[in-house]
Amino acid sequence: MPAVGVLALQGGVAEHISILTKLGCVVKEIRTPAGLKHISALILPGGESTTLISLMNRWELIRPLRAMGEEGFPIFGTCAGAVLLSKEINEKEHEVNQDSLQLADVRAVRNFFGRQTSSFVEELTVAGLAEPFTGVFIRAPLLLPLSDEVEVLSRVKDGPVLVRQGNLWLSSFHPELTSDSRIHMLFLESHGILKGSG
Amino acid sequence: MKNSREIGTWEAKKGLAQMLKGGVIMDVVTPEHALIAQEAGAVAVMALERVPADIRLQGGVARMSDPDMIRSIQEQVNIPVMAKCRIGHFVEAQILEAMKIDFIDESEVLTPADEKNHVNKHDFSIPFVCGATNLGEALRRIGEGAAMIRTKGEAGTGNVVEAVTHARAVLGAIRILKVTPPEELMTIAKEMGAPYDLVRYVHENGCLPVVNFAAGGLATPADAALMMQLGMDGVFVGSGIFKSGNPEKRARAIVEAVSRFDSPEVLAEVSSNLGEAMVGINISTLADEERMARRGW
Repeated sequence: MPAVGVLALQGGVAEHISILTKLGCVVKEIRTPAGLKHISALILPGGESTTLISLMNRWELIRPLRAMGEEGFPIFGTCAGAVLLSKEINEKEHEVNQDSLQLADVRAVRNFFGRQTSSFVEELTVAGLAEPFTGVFIRAPLLLPLSDEVEVLSRVKDGPVLVRQGNLWLSSFHPELTSDSRIHMLFLESHGILKGSG
Repeated sequence: MKNSREIGTWEAKKGLAQMLKGGVIMDVVTPEHALIAQEAGAVAVMALERVPADIRLQGGVARMSDPDMIRSIQEQVNIPVMAKCRIGHFVEAQILEAMKIDFIDESEVLTPADEKNHVNKHDFSIPFVCGATNLGEALRRIGEGAAMIRTKGEAGTGNVVEAVTHARAVLGAIRILKVTPPEELMTIAKEMGAPYDLVRYVHENGCLPVVNFAAGGLATPADAALMMQLGMDGVFVGSGIFKSGNPEKRARAIVEAVSRFDSPEVLAEVSSNLGEAMVGINISTLADEERMARRGW
């Protein structure tokens, strides 16, 4: 089975690796364009999106990642990773002039819920999961669909927090900060990378 | 949908620190500095009135910064903003929480307000980072509710030696604890002055229950990469950036070095032509009372 890549420039990298390993995946840390070969899916972890975009720029990862995303390669971005996948980025309090991979028809509203004092944990209903999932939201974005192609898989009272557009999955919260691997499993199974084990 | 939203939980506090991993947190004293830091790729900024090098130089009692100054930095950037309170000064911490600061550093760089006790950090909904020189100290701070640990190093010296000493002390003790037989853990907890359950956690998991950064004296990309290769999760750079010849370039170089800390070729490239580093201080020339790392209990 080809490895699942995790962008390992900054942020919650080890947490994703730990969940993927638990699911039986071989994991590859991605830091350079050459590293993008021989992987079957890619995770963009949470972290600081301005830092991540600047490092992706510096290590020339933006063009190859954009091309992969456009060609249908499965990519799952959590929190900052979801911001990086979105076509539009804005924020309530600050002007945002931030580049991104511009792949998903989503407007990411950065820090939608406010500063760290408003970071929260909430039980979520997720399409495809029988039981609720504990969402850890840290200075989280809201993910507003810009087209009908974007499917909302989970929402809180303020709006969508887990969305999918074909090969692209975006979450506002951090499934990697729990020990619950079900959302990673949904993502990998839907792309045939992990077979449902029942 | 049932409404089960919980704010300020341990997961949310600890989780923010986890998102800072592999990143550089920079001391800034003006909104302009903060913007430079953000553009260079800092994961967070530490808003303060004087960098540690100037606190050293000017002496006197160092306190929490003016809220207005902190606010001007909060308004300028969208990355997390941290600020310092004095050791044990829980009212300064309350003020910082009321200002919706993202992270509080209960810091030995400021003059301690309590010579025996630290802030009870469980009382707060925002996370704290605290300095430590060894594992016992780190676990005492986590026991009090710290969601992140950093080495103390020796702030404002531009000399990485103490940060290395503290990192090796903490990480070395963790390595030993991992292979210690369980029946020895209580005695170790007693000797370290650390809570037993946290000693057991380290024994079982081989790491601290929270993120562990390097701080105190880092001045170059190589210093930052050294701390990462030793096994730290990220770095704080205080005086090292804005006391150097070309802060913008140095800030960016340190961010790049931390993201590719295991590639000497990349480190050689990013370390080139950075202009003058801050003037350092040899630790042996500091009198005992000038050593900030001795503060904290």
